[in-house]
Order: sequence, then C-alpha cells, then structure tokens
Amino acid sequence: MIQLLLIAILGLLAQLILPWWSLALVAFLVCLWRSQSASQAFLYGFLGAALVWLGYALLIYLRTGGDFTGRMGELLFKVNNAALPMLATALLGGLVGGLSGLSGFFIRQAFGNQVASHAAGHTRP
Amino acid sequence: MVNLHTERPASIYFLMRYAKAILLPAFTLLLIWALNRSWGSIPAFGPLLSPFVGFWQNAESVNTSDEEITLNGTQAPVTVIIDDKAVPHVFAQNDHDVYFAQGYLTARDRLWQMEFQTHAAAGRVSELVGERALELDRYNRRLGMGFGAEKSVKAMMDDPRSRESVEAYTAGVNAWISQLKPAQYPLEYKLLGYAPEPWQPIKCAYFLKYMSGVLALGADDLNMSNVLQKAGPAVTANLFPDYPFREDPIIPVGTKWDFKPVKIPAVPPASVSAVGSLSMNWAEHDPAIGSNNWAVGPQKSATGYPILANDPHLTLSLPSIWYQMQLVTPTMNVYGATMPGAPGVIIGFNKQVAWGVTNVGADVLDFYQIKFRDNRHLDYWHDNRWKPVTRRIERIKIKGQPDKVDTVLYTHHGPIMYMEGQKPFARNVPVGYAARWIGHEESNDFLTYYLLDRAANHADYRKALSYYGAPAQNFVFADVAKDIAISPNGRFPLKWKDQGKFLLDGTNPAHDWQGWIPAEQNPHVKNPPRGFVSSANQSSTDTTYPYYINWQFAPAERGTRINQRLTAMQQATPDSLRMLQNDNLNLRAQQALPIFLPYVRVEKLTAEQKKAVDILKKWRYNHDIAEIGPTLFTEWMRQYMDGVWRDDFPNTDSTTLRYPSFDRTLQMAEQEPTAHWFDDVTTTAPETIGDVLTQTLKLAVDSLARQHGPLGESWQWGKHKATRIAHLARLDALSALNVQIGGGAGIVNATTERTGPSWRMVVALGPQPKAYGVYPGGQSGNPGSPYYLNMLETWRTGQLNELLYLQSAQDKNPAIKRRIILK
Repeated sequence: MIQLLLIAILGLLAQLILPWWSLALVAFLVCLWRSQSASQAFLYGFLGAALVWLGYALLIYLRTGGDFTGRMGELLFKVNNAALPMLATALLGGLVGGLSGLSGFFIRQAFGNQVASHAAGHTRP
Repeated sequence: MVNLHTERPASIYFLMRYAKAILLPAFTLLLIWALNRSWGSIPAFGPLLSPFVGFWQNAESVNTSDEEITLNGTQAPVTVIIDDKAVPHVFAQNDHDVYFAQGYLTARDRLWQMEFQTHAAAGRVSELVGERALELDRYNRRLGMGFGAEKSVKAMMDDPRSRESVEAYTAGVNAWISQLKPAQYPLEYKLLGYAPEPWQPIKCAYFLKYMSGVLALGADDLNMSNVLQKAGPAVTANLFPDYPFREDPIIPVGTKWDFKPVKIPAVPPASVSAVGSLSMNWAEHDPAIGSNNWAVGPQKSATGYPILANDPHLTLSLPSIWYQMQLVTPTMNVYGATMPGAPGVIIGFNKQVAWGVTNVGADVLDFYQIKFRDNRHLDYWHDNRWKPVTRRIERIKIKGQPDKVDTVLYTHHGPIMYMEGQKPFARNVPVGYAARWIGHEESNDFLTYYLLDRAANHADYRKALSYYGAPAQNFVFADVAKDIAISPNGRFPLKWKDQGKFLLDGTNPAHDWQGWIPAEQNPHVKNPPRGFVSSANQSSTDTTYPYYINWQFAPAERGTRINQRLTAMQQATPDSLRMLQNDNLNLRAQQALPIFLPYVRVEKLTAEQKKAVDILKKWRYNHDIAEIGPTLFTEWMRQYMDGVWRDDFPNTDSTTLRYPSFDRTLQMAEQEPTAHWFDDVTTTAPETIGDVLTQTLKLAVDSLARQHGPLGESWQWGKHKATRIAHLARLDALSALNVQIGGGAGIVNATTERTGPSWRMVVALGPQPKAYGVYPGGQSGNPGSPYYLNMLETWRTGQLNELLYLQSAQDKNPAIKRRIILK
C-alpha cells in the first residue's frame, strides 16, 4: 500500500516540474525499491498513475465545465462525450505506470533480490 | 514464487528472470517513446492526454482576478482592462507600449493562428504536417509571397512610425512566447506536435500577403484568353462586357472627377498575346468573398450625426478572423477589429472618425508569356533585347523528410510560376508565364491604419489612404464634423483599357504596367447629394472614370439592394443599419423569377416539380432559414447557367473557359430571348429558352430530391445551406457546423455555406460615439476557453453587442471584469 501512495504522491510532484513520462520513472523506482510480486507491482503502478491522471483530469473538468472535454472526445474518438477522454487518460496513465512498476519489479527480482534468493538456496539442506 | 520453480534447472530460471528484466523495461521504454511523438496525423498521445501538460491544461474557465505581470518590455506601466466579452482595453503612455501590449495580448489569445497563417503565406505548412502540404507550399512560394513580404518589410522599416509599431508588436508577441511552457501551448501545437518560434517583423508582412492572397488574387486572364480564342473578339466583347447591364456603382453616377488625368497608355496594336491552347487550374476568385459598408449622412440620421456600418465577408474560420481591442495613448483612443499578426486597428472608430473597408477587386494580377533565349533559361526577350533571369532558391522543410529545394525564375514582370520539366500543381499548366502581382510591390500598408487610428477629420483620412497599396479596399468614412466619404483605394496600375483582361505578351514593353494611377486621383466621393455612401464590391465607378481598374466586379445586386434601402431610409438609428446588415432579400430572384417562371412548361413537369414551381411563385424572395424558395432558386440557377453555357464554353481538363456573368445571361433572357446561345449545340434539335428553363428546373428538383429526399422540410434553406465555420486546421470537432442562419451569395446578409460577415460593426458618431459589433466566434483562439464561440449566437441571430468605449483607465462600468498591469 505504501508503494501505491508513494507512486501517486511522488508522481504528482514529479509531473509538476518534469515531463509527463516522469510518472513512469516514479512508478519504476518505487517498485524497484519495494515490491512483493509482479501482479502487485503492476497494480500499484497502474492505480497510482491512473489515480493521479484521472484525479487531476477530473479536477480540471469540474473546474472548467465539460464542453471542451466533449469536443476533445469528438476530436479523438469521434464521439462527443466527456467520459471517453477521461477514460482514455486514466487508462493510458495507468498502463504506463503499471508497465513501469512491473519493470521495476522484474529488475529488482533479477538483480536486487538475487542475493537474498541465493542466500536462501545455500541455507536449504 | 521462487519456490514454484525449484524443480527447474537454475540456469534456465535465471535466464528467464534476466530476460524479463531486460525485455519488459525495453518494451515499456519503447511504448513511452512511441507515445511521446506524433505519427503522421496521429498526435503524441502521452503528452496530449497528460492532465499536467496535455489538452486538459487548455481547459479554461472565466477568469475574474486581477494580474500584475512583469515583462521588462514596456517603457512605462500599461493598464489593461478586460471586459465581459474578453476584449482588452489597453491604456499605455506611449506608442511603443501600446503596440507592445497589443502584440503580447494578441499572442496570449491567438498565438497558434498568428503563426499558422503566416507559416501558410510563407509556404511552410509542410514543416508542420508533412508532404501533403508540399504543393500548397510550392504554390505560395512560386507566387512570390516571400519575395513580396521581403519588400514590404523593407517599406515598413523605412518609416519610423510603422517601424516602431511593428518592432514593438514583435517584442510583445515574443514576450509572451518566451515565458510560455509546453503545458501552456495552444491546443493545436499539442495536436500537431511542434512548438512556437519567435515572431519577427517579416511575419507581419507575411500576414499582409496572406490577406492580399485572399482578396487580390482574382484572375480570369487565362480563361478569358481561351474564350477569346474560341469565340473571337466580337462575341467576347458582347458576352463579356466591361460594364454590367444593371449596375449601381460605388461612386454615384454623375459624380464629377475633380482632377486632370495623367496620360493613359495607348492600347498597343495586337494587344492580345497570341497564345496556344492553354489551361491552368488557377484558383478562381470566390465571388462570395466580398463585403458591405456604408455611411448615412446627417440629413438621414435621427441624431444629425453620421452613422457608419461595415461587414467584411470572408471565408469564416476559427479561431475567429478578427480580434477586438481598444488602444489608448495620450494621442490616440481607437477601438475596433484588429487582425492577429498586424499592429493597429483595421476597422474601427475613435472619438472623431469611423471607417470600414470592403474589397475593390481591382485587376492587379496579370500573366506574361515569356520567351527564353534557350533551354538554360538564363535570358528572356524584352524590349528587343535579352535580359537576365534571376533565380530565387526556395528551401522547403518537410516534417519527417529531407528538405526540398525549389528554384523559381524571376523576370522584371515577376516569378514564372511553372516551368517546363517541373511537376505542375495542376494537371495542365502553361509553361513559362510570369505573374505580375500587386503583392510584389513595396508598400507600407500599416502606415494607412496607423494614420486612420489617429485620424481626426476627412483630410487625415485622405492622407492616410494615400499610403495604401494592397489589397485595394473601398474605405468608407464618417466623422463627427458630419462628413461622409468613400474611396475605392489602393495602388492601381496605370493601364490601357482592358490591359490584363487577357494574357499579356512578356516581350513587348507596351504590355508592362506603366506606372500608377496617382493616389489622389483614385475614385472618391465626399458628402454626395443622396446623403449616403456605400459599397458592396460592385463596379467602383461608372464608365466616365478615366482609368481602367477592372473589367468585372462583384455582381451588382447586393450594392443595389443596399442603395435602395438607404435611399428610402430616414431618421436612421444604429438599429436601422443593423437591420440592413441582416437584409435577406434576394434581388437577383426578384429580377429573374418574373421573367423565367412564365417560360416554364408546367405540363411537362412531375407532381413534385410542379410543387416546386408553386413554391417559387409564392416565394417573397427572402432567404430566411425556413424558406424552401432559396434552395430551389439557387440550385435551378446553377443548373440554368450550365444549361445555357456549358455547350458553348466547356470547362474541361484540356481547355478551361468561363461562362458569361449571370447579369449578362439575364439580360439575354430579357432582350434577346431568341438568341442562338439557348440552343444546345451538342444536340440536333433546336432548344429555346423555354426548353432550357424547363429542363434545368427538372434537373434541379431531381438533384435536390436525391440530396434531401421528397420535397419538404429537409429542403429548407437553413438546412440546405448548413453554414460551417471551420477551424483553420480543418478539425470538425473544433468547428461550428450546421449554423442555422439566413442570407446567401449576392444578398446583403452574405452568409453562404462557408463565407459570410466576419465582423459586423455599426458606429454612431456624436459628441460621444456609440458603437456596436459582433463576429462569429470569440476573443479567445483556445477551443477550451469559454470565449471561443461565445459571440456566435449573437451573430447568428443578427444582434450586435454594444462596444465598451472607455475614456480612461479609471472609468467605471459593470462590463469591466478585471485588470492586468503590464510592467
């Protein structure tokens, strides 16, 4: 759970000053630092990133009225509906975050965790 | 997880772990890279969807908070008052600061549009969208847009007044660009995937060339040469006369010319260039691009002060063509419509005067046949000797591809747009013709607006006009001293009669442009006895004006209708003028239908076609949205013109010809109803006018039935016309589609499918001017702003907003929303 929170908070902060893909960097680093399993890393990365993107998008949407979001739905998906750009934003942010988190876990597993797992192997009878 | 794999050999297990640790991050990186760039017309979805930098950042709400912005570009603090329509009212202490603020504020609202339009004029669209714009870019470059802009910028820089305004405007635009972060880029940059570049004075010149391209590129020379070759001089003169059958010229008939004309060049023998069969898909001037303006004098106005109106008709687009502003310094207080990319107010008013413009449509583009010495194209024959050709290299950048280099040959006439061996823009392009265009001339058009913005009386107005080059405009004028005036004005080449009606001979110096009509001898009239002045792009003068400006102008109906109503008008108020701007009467239908309908053989029609005739008989010639008459009449007349002329003047791939005007065609029905032109030469049976009218009516009704189904509500004019205000990048989602509004081509309310009044203004002069205006769109160029389309409904319903004309930065008014201090 701490990973999800960290991804969301650090991701938010990073994107205020860095390019959009800093989100990926944050999800990757957090899962490299601490993650238990592949599914968990992906899920935390996905949810952390999607939450930040959806939350911020929703905030802008509510603050400015939905006409423009509808227009963007029309422009990108040929349907004048505000929900589609919202969904696409959440999914895209989530996917990038999830894959980055998973990347972090795999690298942690291959390198960082290797020592521990070797140690475990040696102690086995 | 580790335990699940303990049965496997450790080496495979480690290999898989390493593989995952390499492949998945690699895939993730690849995905991020792919999302971070655009693919053809597919935008970069990563940054586009990110709420931190993407389109979400362009969503705006109404801002009511005051701001103080430090820019280090002003000489003294500038106060900007923003009103409820988001119009900036700039209070500066000197000229530099007022234009700096204009540049800054315009860029803030319209940066993408400013840059895109000037990129288009400069032939740089391929840079943004790739190879699909290459031929467009080549066309603009071969036309000499860059050549002309370079000359214009030199003229601007030579005068200290225009120099200061252009330089300060440029600095203001750059003050905005330089602090812009990618998240704040206008939406279109994010969609197309590029970044704004610094503004330069030459971009202001490119903007002028862009407008000259829209308004002063009409050329029928080639079509007319083809007509002449096919039909001979007598028929050509008869069917394509130099003055319309029905006309009500801008300068009232009977106005005395108060000048002694300079010597007009003699018509050279064999003045028509001998040409082979030629064809070129030259973009014909859109007759729907025109405008209205007029001013009523004190004797016709309720207050005893003049009232002035103007509505320029252009291809309607978004972001809106115009941008409203009030510019105030200790020596100027002007309000009006500005154009993003040009310093100053173009159409507007100050405390003493008001002015407006419509297009003249002068013949300021001619084509000269060039004779080269040999295939090296180093010299051309002119005035009995070989003269050197100069070469201009055009390097066109293309997104995602190497640059293309285009070499354009120039003679003293101008650029040779298409040469043998070059892949032409159109299929059959004549090789070796040079284009002589007013846009290539050095002129300082901004100075005209600079002086109009500060004009106090009629003499100032005349002085301002004397600097103007192109595109030539009918400048209407009214002032608080109760003078009204109008002048078709611009630099007009001094020509022999009909010079440039046909293609010209580039070897003969007698075919050259030979100087200019002196500016003070441009047609003009002040306080005519009829008590009003007006223009609607019709003939500038009657046939007594000593000089040749053009042989054809926009059809007379709009101007005639305006003059009818102004003649009858008494005790005029701004509202009377507003109502006239919205006049939907089709004078052409009123003139033509009583002549045409009796010829229709009703017995030959189907039930639906008969119903159509009934509708036309009952129609009051008004182009309101719920009428079906306009749909029927417009389609019928289109078919009728084809029916009469297509057999005689076909427009094919190998030979482009053009039809005589509607005015001439109607004259024929009235005066020569048995003319042989009504016969279709491709059939053996002889056709009469009645046959053509009946046949084309049937065709029109059948064609409409195919488009809209059985005759009924779906044929209504508003639905049929479906006016569209398209975004400049042709993105439907950012456009206003199917706008229900009346009017049409040749109607005072000149709203067609794509063109229409791009700004409507009415100004009542007086001790304190009262002004009204609206345009179809809004002050913001950002589709995510509440001010992107907020004025559309007011425009559509024919209403005007009262314009807030402030006297000082301390004025109180409920329409004032916020203040910005620029330091």
